[in-house]
Amino acid sequence: MTKIKHLGAGTLAFSLLASTAALAEDLKIGMVVTLSGPPAALGQQIVDGFQLALDQKEGQLAGLGVELIVEDDELKPDVALLKANTLIEREEVDFVVGTVFSNMLQAIFKPVVESETFLISPNAGPSTFAGRNCNPYFFATSYQNNQNAEVSGLIANEEGFENVFVMAPNYQAGRDNVDGFRQTFEGTVSDEVFTPLGHQDFSAELARISTSGSDAIFTFMPGGMGVRLVNQFDEAGLSETMRFMSVFTTDETTLPGQKDAAVGFLAAGSWAPDLPNEANAAFVAAFEEAYGYIPGSYAMQAYDTANLIESALAATGGDMSDKDAVRDALRAADFTSVRGDFSFNNNHYPVQDFHKLEIVKREDGQFHTSFVRTVAEDYADSFHAECDM
Amino acid sequence: MSLTLFLILCLNGLQYGLLLFLIAAGLTLVFGVMGFINLAHGVQYMVGAYLIFAFTGLTGSFALALPLSLLAALAIGLLLEYAVFRHLYARPHLDQVLATFGIIIFLNELAKVLFGPTTLSIETPAFLSGAIQLTEQLRYPVYRLATIGVGLAVAIGLFATISYTRIGMLVRAGSTTPEMVAALGVNVTQLFRVVFGVGAMLAGFAGIIAAPIFAIEPGMGDNILIIAFVVIIIGGVGSIGGAFVAAILVGLIDTLGRSVATDLMSLFFGPSMANQVGPALASMLIYILMAAILVFRPKGLLPAKGVVA
Amino acid sequence: MARDRMIGAAIFATLLALPLLLPLVGADYLMGLLIKAMLLAIAAISLDLIIGQGGMVSLGHAAFIGVGAYTAAIALESGIEEILILLALTLAVTALVALITGALALRTSGVYFLMITLAFGQMIYFTFTSLAAYGGDDGLTLWSLATLFGSDVVQNGEGLYFFVLATLLATWAGVHRIGLSRFGRVLRAARDNPQRAEVMGYPITRYRLVAYVIAACIAGVSGLLMMQYAEFVSPAIATWQRSGDLIVAVVLGGLGTRNGALLGAFFIVLMEEILSSLLHEWRLIYGPLLVILVLYAKGGLADLMAPRAKGAG
Repeated sequence: MTKIKHLGAGTLAFSLLASTAALAEDLKIGMVVTLSGPPAALGQQIVDGFQLALDQKEGQLAGLGVELIVEDDELKPDVALLKANTLIEREEVDFVVGTVFSNMLQAIFKPVVESETFLISPNAGPSTFAGRNCNPYFFATSYQNNQNAEVSGLIANEEGFENVFVMAPNYQAGRDNVDGFRQTFEGTVSDEVFTPLGHQDFSAELARISTSGSDAIFTFMPGGMGVRLVNQFDEAGLSETMRFMSVFTTDETTLPGQKDAAVGFLAAGSWAPDLPNEANAAFVAAFEEAYGYIPGSYAMQAYDTANLIESALAATGGDMSDKDAVRDALRAADFTSVRGDFSFNNNHYPVQDFHKLEIVKREDGQFHTSFVRTVAEDYADSFHAECDM
Repeated sequence: MSLTLFLILCLNGLQYGLLLFLIAAGLTLVFGVMGFINLAHGVQYMVGAYLIFAFTGLTGSFALALPLSLLAALAIGLLLEYAVFRHLYARPHLDQVLATFGIIIFLNELAKVLFGPTTLSIETPAFLSGAIQLTEQLRYPVYRLATIGVGLAVAIGLFATISYTRIGMLVRAGSTTPEMVAALGVNVTQLFRVVFGVGAMLAGFAGIIAAPIFAIEPGMGDNILIIAFVVIIIGGVGSIGGAFVAAILVGLIDTLGRSVATDLMSLFFGPSMANQVGPALASMLIYILMAAILVFRPKGLLPAKGVVA
Repeated sequence: MARDRMIGAAIFATLLALPLLLPLVGADYLMGLLIKAMLLAIAAISLDLIIGQGGMVSLGHAAFIGVGAYTAAIALESGIEEILILLALTLAVTALVALITGALALRTSGVYFLMITLAFGQMIYFTFTSLAAYGGDDGLTLWSLATLFGSDVVQNGEGLYFFVLATLLATWAGVHRIGLSRFGRVLRAARDNPQRAEVMGYPITRYRLVAYVIAACIAGVSGLLMMQYAEFVSPAIATWQRSGDLIVAVVLGGLGTRNGALLGAFFIVLMEEILSSLLHEWRLIYGPLLVILVLYAKGGLADLMAPRAKGAG
């Protein structure tokens, strides 16, 4: 997409050889996010959130000029791997920021961490790297996938749901979310359905849901999948007979397409645009001003990621050569998160509060997730004990 | 499987099958009549979807955008025929594959450049937006029923044209003995062009009616093209009737197969595993069917007589 | 013929010398690129054996790359790390799969052969997506790689480069040999005039099947090496589009010429690299380029470099 290139038109193939030389920038950050297909808006939010932080600091982090190289993984593992390799080998970046989806993260994980480049996930938080396979070169500034669903299970208990129909896409994060929900939900999971990632036509699933006799559905359908599901759910008339609760399904990336169909739906997460704190109010206002839409958690996490990198570089005085020092500085998380309290656990996944959220319509006619109340405080993931860092 | 689910799956399968028929109809004629392998036929489907998106945006009305999109799809098809394809008719099949592969690459990228890599969608046209009560708990969208109706109407119209009109007769004759038709004073080049244009427009039409239901994205025509090839092989190359039967068959097998296979696998594996293995096995069904047809009945279910390919 | 061999020798000499020069300019990246091109070339040469010499256009050849890659990956995951054992396993499994699919596919010919190979290719592709234990759609990262006699020399860098180069050379020489042999002549005779070849008493289906299996085995080996290079395997390795890419390499290079497939593969990989570094939307150029090459450069790249009589092995 917005690829910033130093390769001139006349230099052709052998300019590749010279790519190590003649770079004016001090810090290279490579980004691998999904900018194609149904979830493209998610990747765009990450790019925008990160760029906002850079713009606010006039293109510098801790005094270092930043070159940001954005690559689209097209939601294909092999493409993600190819792009990550290009960033490491050809561009020799200092940080890789990515990805949106957990299966993309799994594809790029090995080459990035083995090249001893820091990999910071601004969204994907698979269980895979939270436990035994935690890695000194990997940080997640978002959450661990299971957590949002675990909190949803708690909310479902409070709401008194007895039978819940669970549906998620069939990939790492989908399975993590189902596991998380099952872990805390005390009622009966009436059915568990997995769809392909990128699924668009939910009519067969809706038929199953309609005959399942459930009080509510819990789902995780990020991006375009969520838009389709909610609209088809509404069209099929199911909104009248059951409640809808979800994570990353009715959020700022999907609400512009769902509109009134989603109002009143329940969600869980570590943040909402109206989360009451000063840093957050400033961030949301600046973001809306810059990009003309309400930021979602993806943009927020990317914004926090940029601030985290800056805090680490400030601590090392801009020195990237001592990896241990950089790691310790990242680990300290010495920045102001717009989520409020934020720290890293031993496995480099965050410890943070989780809240009950609800979809509301704002006075200006726009839709967003709204903070209801905090359900879990300083909530750590369930895998960190297995990590020996 | 509940009756509701079965009914929905059958409707979905029928709808998918008719969509496939619209694409396969053009493909099978172009392949049968001209012996031309056009891999770029699938992008016409994508072109149709993007056209309706663009024209709906411009005019604000689906009803207005529909004829505009159809005309534009026809124009784009004829333009491609004039600029590239007509030079390939006399070439070996491999050259046709390669050149039309190049066209796919180009148009997919062009769609990405013009409209962005994001998936786009358009709203169901207002006059078809409601839903009808199918069972006590469930409604089924009118638009989907409408696509089934329109698909059937086009199929009947096409079949009647091929069977009973002069041009249809020429097409049938052209697919059997092009030299003879030419010798009788018919302009075969002109005939080819008409067939090509209509085929492109039908594929575009499929893209148009699919747009409000499925995602509009670059590359959306690639996989459906392969399925359309499967359809015309199963049906018999050059045979409209065969394409119709095969398309419905493939649509139903694929849609029902997915659900049944997943249920079947759930007996052996957990839900996640079953949902991985089931759809994969179901996706194989139509290819197994095609391979079986090729081995045991190479001319297809309802072969056209004496096709050149 | 001699000219063919000279061009081949020149290409290989260059590939042999390049790693010696690379450290001077310090580009691991270029070495990776060359490995990628060589891997594609191995598969393209094998496809050329059946398309160019056998006249059998397969749109499912990438499936055999996948079979090789997945066989090796699954064996690796089960603890078999010696690359020679993996090689033997890969050859055995791809040969078996090719024997079964080939025996059925060769009951057809022409466009129908193309479609039936596509069908088998898709079945194999969907088999990979169903391998939930090995990542399914998401693919599988290989945390341990193959070793050569217990040493990690073939895992990356120059060791892997030369291993791939040696394989490419062996493939090139082997297929060249086949072209010169009686077997190759019968294969081409069956392509040009099947009736006559049959009348002369050659069991042409058996000849074709042998060629099909050999080609599949070579593709399988390239799959094994692709897995080793990428340290990752996913069903994407076996899509029909990948088979299309291979056909592009073969046709672009020039049918039935060993150097053609080699040149075609290098052309594709380098062109993609150069164009994509110039323009993010490089496919806007690449697509029309293919069309133009088809319309105006009929003999392929090999023919542009060394025009010669058609049809020779």
